[in-house]
Amino acid sequence: MTGFPRTISEKILSAKSGENARAGDVMVCDVDLVLGTDASAPMAIGYFERMGGTRVHDASRVVFALDHYSPPSSPSTKGFHDQVRAFAATHGVRVYEVGEGISHQIAVERGLARPGMLIVGADSHTVTCGAVNAFATGVGSSDLAAAMLTGQLWFRVPETIRVILDGVRPARVAAKDVALAMVATLGSDGAEYHALEFTGPGAHSFSLDDRLVLSNLAVEAGAKAAVWDADNVLELHLATFGERGEPVVADPGARYAREVVLDLPSLQPAVALPHSPQNVVPIALAPDTPIHMVFLGTCTGGRVADYHEALAMLERGGGMIAPGVQLVVTPASSDVERQLASDGTLVKFARMGATITVPGCGACCGTSGVIPGDGMNVLSTANRNFKARMGNATASIYLASPAACAAAALTGRITDPRSIP
Amino acid sequence: MGGDINTDYIIASTRKKETLDENVLKRYLLEAVDPSFAASVRSGDIIVAGTNFGCGSAMEVAATVILAAGIPVVLAQSFARSFYRNAINNGLLAIECDTAGIREGDALVLSIDPSGTTISNERTGRRETRPALGGIAGDILAAGGLVPYLRREGRFIPATAVGD
Repeated sequence: MTGFPRTISEKILSAKSGENARAGDVMVCDVDLVLGTDASAPMAIGYFERMGGTRVHDASRVVFALDHYSPPSSPSTKGFHDQVRAFAATHGVRVYEVGEGISHQIAVERGLARPGMLIVGADSHTVTCGAVNAFATGVGSSDLAAAMLTGQLWFRVPETIRVILDGVRPARVAAKDVALAMVATLGSDGAEYHALEFTGPGAHSFSLDDRLVLSNLAVEAGAKAAVWDADNVLELHLATFGERGEPVVADPGARYAREVVLDLPSLQPAVALPHSPQNVVPIALAPDTPIHMVFLGTCTGGRVADYHEALAMLERGGGMIAPGVQLVVTPASSDVERQLASDGTLVKFARMGATITVPGCGACCGTSGVIPGDGMNVLSTANRNFKARMGNATASIYLASPAACAAAALTGRITDPRSIP
Repeated sequence: MGGDINTDYIIASTRKKETLDENVLKRYLLEAVDPSFAASVRSGDIIVAGTNFGCGSAMEVAATVILAAGIPVVLAQSFARSFYRNAINNGLLAIECDTAGIREGDALVLSIDPSGTTISNERTGRRETRPALGGIAGDILAAGGLVPYLRREGRFIPATAVGD
């Protein structure tokens, strides 16, 4: 493509539309990967049929994951699963079954999501896949149906906010703490209609898992996409699939709407208080709060490194869960679960009395797994803490890093992880 | 209502786990904000909100349950992009305008024509005109939503003028 210097999003949407696109243009684009879940595919199937769909445009680019109702706990959810399986069988769409994991986790760990791709998912946290240098965005069921039918979707090319990760992240500050600082800085709509691009001298110290966390939480600030620069961390990830991919780098001189600097050395372990991900305070300043349930899981905090962090914290603090605290472990995928089983992590959690559940979304939005009791305070590695989200309107949800969640499991209260030596 | 009304508040995931039938789900519209709200809705009522309406999950029932409740229009200071797309795709009119002066119970008259929508507040006498949505999004909305649009066109037709 010739002409003006472009952001990563402008480059990807140009490539997928076959035209020179800049922010503000509306383009019809070919979609590389289409993700549906058991929460969104049933409605999409209805739309697909009403649109007159008889065959999926390219079934090899479509994937469903049965993750929200994993396992199904009612006739209705079982019905959704059967409906999705039947459609997939008819049209040749791959289904990741109950227990295989969350769509975004599968897309990244199995190499479905790759640099330079345009990825659409009928789930708002599809933005997570931006960590692998792809333009990944969430849509509803009708757009999912349209993408299955035509292989395309229309997009307004977003302006981009450059998020500059500056300096060295302190040792006990987790990616989740950085992400919470990001959503607090941007506000609930500070990135509305915008793409984020993560860059800066501190970016290279973020592992791929760390990058997933930041991309994941970007949607809580309204972001359309949250794309990481291509660098050697990405290259190492791709090498595990024997691929180099087609990484996309922004052109020097590309136009950005604005820049937001995250000064990493100034960050501290943080917690989002009820009932908004923006309601972030340093844990050291959080009100003394009893915690009744600790949830380790989700597309934000359900990966191997997260459980290793949490377990290390628990062991450092004596290895016993405080009385009255229920610790819930829900791996983000069967691959994660398998690794934790083979390296001894899972049995250690089990011996402490943790509740270990089937991989998937779990308790995050009240659709599967443990529902908090009345008046309970939950500390969670998830990305949203809206009232009633976990299935009980009288429970209060707090969000924090895996280490901070584990610290609270030790003490039964919100606890600065740095206070556990 | 105020700002940041998220889609979990519009309709809880725990409700849509049981059914996707909007005629059932509409009973639970905004229950986390006000459990008595759903029963109080009359056909033709309008939701008026602050900024970032429909933020959070991209679940489409958030748009369809509003329509099923008999509410044809949402006016907001701004919308979350995923909700806005879902609204267009289902023929729900989501109009960005200055809602600061609108109070519950106000009688609003909306005058809609191909060039745009004029919102008049009978109590304050205030009037604001918003231009019609252009481009593909406008075509989809004008067709009545994504289903009639794709039934008619079979695919997405780019607008002739880039930048609409």
